[in-house]
Amino acid sequence: MKEITITVNGTAHTLQVENRLLLVHFIREVLNLTGTHIGCDTSSCGACTILLNGKSVKSCTVLAVQANGKEIQTVEGLAPEGSLHPLQEGFKENHGLHCGFCTPGMMMRASELLQNNPNPTEDEIRWGISGNLCRCTGYNNIVKAIQYAGAKIRGEELPSTEPEFV
Amino acid sequence: MIPAPFEYDAPTTLEEAIGLLQKYGDEAKILSGGHSLIPMMKLRFASPERLIDINGIAGLSHISEENGTVKIGALVREVEAEHSDLLKKHFPIFEDVTHLIADPQVRNMGTLGGNLAHGDAANDHPAVMIALGATVIATGPDGERAIPIDEFFYGFYMTALQHGEILTEIQIPVPPAGTSSAYHKLERKVGDYATAGVAVQLTLDANGVCTAAGIGLTNVNPVPLRAARSEAALIGKTLTTETIAEAAKYASEDCSPSSDLRGSEEYKRDMVAVLVKRMIKKASERILI
Repeated sequence: MKEITITVNGTAHTLQVENRLLLVHFIREVLNLTGTHIGCDTSSCGACTILLNGKSVKSCTVLAVQANGKEIQTVEGLAPEGSLHPLQEGFKENHGLHCGFCTPGMMMRASELLQNNPNPTEDEIRWGISGNLCRCTGYNNIVKAIQYAGAKIRGEELPSTEPEFV
Repeated sequence: MIPAPFEYDAPTTLEEAIGLLQKYGDEAKILSGGHSLIPMMKLRFASPERLIDINGIAGLSHISEENGTVKIGALVREVEAEHSDLLKKHFPIFEDVTHLIADPQVRNMGTLGGNLAHGDAANDHPAVMIALGATVIATGPDGERAIPIDEFFYGFYMTALQHGEILTEIQIPVPPAGTSSAYHKLERKVGDYATAGVAVQLTLDANGVCTAAGIGLTNVNPVPLRAARSEAALIGKTLTTETIAEAAKYASEDCSPSSDLRGSEEYKRDMVAVLVKRMIKKASERILI
């Protein structure tokens, strides 16, 4: 057991944890923040992506003790209660989710992507989310959602959210 | 999946970490980026009794140039190597390779030191470091020791690191003018281990004659392999189609891939030949630019 202090979405938590506790279990089962999902549990799918000191990481492959003294942001911390982050708005407006399982991880990954590169090309977005798997959407609407969020963050005119019929 | 129980230390100095390694020996494993070790622990392929987390040790995250040598701290993350202007200037191969390692989240955690110290011939940096002629610095109770990359990889997950030693730095000679490098791996999907991977660094003189060549192969041999006959076939020659084909043929003959889900032995040998040709061309085109 080890005493750790982790700041999650702005609130510091000091707790005794088992050394082998994975960060994703700390988030979901100790803090009851269940927006972070467990998908593959093998660092492939990205559903458990959170920000650790501002960097997107797969929380199924980080130990809670490794996050001692660090700051975490989960999907619950993207926007204040009652409001939507541009990414959340983008996913909503563009139907960027079907079942929604991958969505929190997609948005957390995209939030670091847009932080580093506020105006990514489509190619950069697709490479940028290459560590996140979605089995419903075919990714097109996820890419559009991220483009929408980028435009919103840059304060530019928002792209059309009309669905494309092929 | 949850790892077996273990003790956990987070030393803040190298001396402390080396002391712990000396005390606990084979029971202890170094935790760096953790993206090879933690998955193995979750699958119970590895059950170390103690983890020594070196992420809190200062002075292992530098990328610097000194007296004709580029020095890379063991804790430099893949994402930092991907965006390093110094590495881009001397070694375009780093942009190639980091782009192909796992995915952005994993690259935020994974370290260059860990990628080598893991001793896995499926990892990508071993072949790159062979091509670049790197030296690995190991720090132990008696101080630092320089290990040429050709003497670093011993076998499956085995390296030259001794009891009480930590890989602390990677040193790469700054190549002369007329040098460039390239890496590519064939992979089934983003983030996969290589079906086959090839790293090449070449130096050409003003007449287009090859004066130095380094070629490393990923995941087609029990240990990361230097394609020595291929290198020798290029040196002293201009890079004609025939010369390049000869180098490719030697590499495909000298590696020892195993048939698995990624392909048959024969297929992998063919892919080694294809990639050697392509990477020689890519590296040499970068010189002319």
